[in-house]
Amino acid sequence: MKILVCISNVPDTTSKINFTDGNTKFDTNGVQFVINPNDEFGLTRAMWFKEKQGATVHVASVGGSSAEPTIRKALAIGADEAIRVDAEPTDGYFVAQQLAAVVKNGGYDLIIAGRESIDYNGGMVPGMLATLLDMNFVNTCINIEVEGNNVKAMREIDGGKEKIETTLPVVIGGQKGLVEESDLRIPNMRGIMMARKKTLNVIAPIDAIAATTDIKFEQPAPKGAVKLVDADNVGELVNLLHNEAKVI
Amino acid sequence: MSVLVYTESENGKFKKNAFEAASYASEVAQQMGTTATAISINANENESLGNYGIAKVLNVSNDKLSTFNAKAYANIIAEAAKNEGAKVIVVSSSSDTKFLAPILATNLEAGMVSNVVAAPESTSPFIVKRTVFSNKGFAHTQINTEIKLIAVSNNAFGLVENTTSTTVEDFSPTVSDTDFSTKSTEIDKVVGKATIADADIVVSGGRGLKGPENWGMIEELADVLGAATACSKPVSDMGWRPHSEHVGQTGKPVASNLYIAIGISGAIQHLAGVSASKTKVVINTDPEAPFFKAADYGIVGDAFEVVPKLIEKLKEFKAQNA
Ligand SMILES: Cc1cc2nc3c(=O)[nH]c(=O)nc-3n(C[C@H](O)[C@H](O)[C@H](O)COP(=O)(O)OP(=O)(O)OC[C@H]3O[C@@H](n4cnc5c(N)ncnc54)[C@H](O)[C@@H]3O)c2cc1C
Ligand SMILES: Nc1ncnc2c1ncn2[C@@H]1O[C@H](COP(=O)(O)O)[C@@H](O)[C@H]1O
Repeated sequence: MKILVCISNVPDTTSKINFTDGNTKFDTNGVQFVINPNDEFGLTRAMWFKEKQGATVHVASVGGSSAEPTIRKALAIGADEAIRVDAEPTDGYFVAQQLAAVVKNGGYDLIIAGRESIDYNGGMVPGMLATLLDMNFVNTCINIEVEGNNVKAMREIDGGKEKIETTLPVVIGGQKGLVEESDLRIPNMRGIMMARKKTLNVIAPIDAIAATTDIKFEQPAPKGAVKLVDADNVGELVNLLHNEAKVI
Repeated sequence: MSVLVYTESENGKFKKNAFEAASYASEVAQQMGTTATAISINANENESLGNYGIAKVLNVSNDKLSTFNAKAYANIIAEAAKNEGAKVIVVSSSSDTKFLAPILATNLEAGMVSNVVAAPESTSPFIVKRTVFSNKGFAHTQINTEIKLIAVSNNAFGLVENTTSTTVEDFSPTVSDTDFSTKSTEIDKVVGKATIADADIVVSGGRGLKGPENWGMIEELADVLGAATACSKPVSDMGWRPHSEHVGQTGKPVASNLYIAIGISGAIQHLAGVSASKTKVVINTDPEAPFFKAADYGIVGDAFEVVPKLIEKLKEFKAQNA
């Protein structure tokens, strides 16, 4: 089985979000970039396939050279090879088209992407990728088992979960549940050394359109001060929620 | 040319998000000088969409579609969009519509924008406002393609009543067997309880509650309020509560009218995922807990004392207002 894990390079979850150039760009100053958390769960699940079922695992990321430390980290965690499509990932449709070209060239059976990137929260790349490639697709995937060509997956739905059966090739939009938090791997020294010798292919983007363009950004309006209610006067909270906030 | 909205239903009944998406679609239609058409699948009471400005409903009744299937549903909506010559398609942000929307966008070669929180600020060029960085910012995004797909956030645009006379037409799209190459074999779902995605009120517990055995009062509070229950990430990581209740940047997003955080410190990753809620209440023993900076109302106090009192007061309130 040949697996491709799609990795998006995103600001660390603790990042303060600022904009620059007259609010037309995200300010990367002082921001630490990491593997998108949803992709990290998928990458670890891919490692299990590699170790238990002898799969080959490649990772791909669409991004400039600044994405390379994140890609190297994925190699240090254990991916065999990496591909970087040398283009700014400005729009989900654009990224999906680039990844579709990578998948066609590489002949992958299982494509593991994340439910969403925590930067622009598009939640669209995996579904678009599957559709461009005419492959099966399971979103918000919290479990996947592959036997021969048969795929059993679990999907999170509003208020529960759903079992799904399908076949390879398949694209998943994964998240926590694929593996647990405690299963995530931190690269060790040996992994980091080996990652330096692994192949990181930089390829040119294909011609593709960006379907959307961000014109301007804005920060949320500052929040007013909290109204404190005395712990001995809980009834006052009920009163405020009813008469002031009008939410009950 | 019309605006097409997919109005989601469950067991024949429209979801609240269907009415919200319909409200949004009729606003877009007005801006563009056209009308809004809805497409519904196995839904009853299609006329009720007229309350939210929908002029025509395409109603699909097909037993093959009784269980949600993303590809089949997406293909049907795409076919309807083509028949109607729709240039703008509106969907909601439930887990099912999030599943089908990127398939639909690709089928129609439509530029897609998720998490849209307001009516278009311009329809030519087409520009909408959406949340980015898990509610830590907004973007004004232009869609460059001829066909546009808008996924509206829950509870942002709201319900806008606008009574319109509605015609309901049967629509029988082609449903191909190849759509079912991804098959649902079992659904395990709580019934009769509000879910985080749909609920107006969400009651959420954190590590401050000390252990799973203490969730009784959280569930009782949620019951009194008709709310969904949620939790912080460590609570689900430790197995105190199911994963599906984990909210925040890496869990489920919350965009309720009221979010009550009990024994939750308010870490940046937690706040990012819940800050789209309109009113936030925090109950925490530590006055320095960061959640107090993000909340509208707060009680500095011990959850084990405050929550039972709150339940009692809410019951009194309900008895008076029944
Ligand atoms: C990559 C990454 C992603 C993450 N994503 C998420 C996410 O999506 N969602 C999320 O929630 N977290 C997330 N986190 C974790 C986050 O950083 C915090 O660790 C977590 O939110 C803390 O949970 P908590 O508030 O329940 O626990 P704590 O931080 O331990 O807070 C417990 C609170 O309870 C209060 N307390 C104690 N006793 C009582 C009492 N008797 N009555 C009332 N209050 C009491 C304490 O004062 C304290 O403020 C993420 C972290 C990382 C690194
Ligand atoms: N620039 C990118 N390069 C590689 N994969 C990406 C990129 N952007 C998004 N993805 C993948 O698509 C998933 C969903 O991203 P998005 O649609 O941007 O929310 C991510 O979790 C990644 O697996």
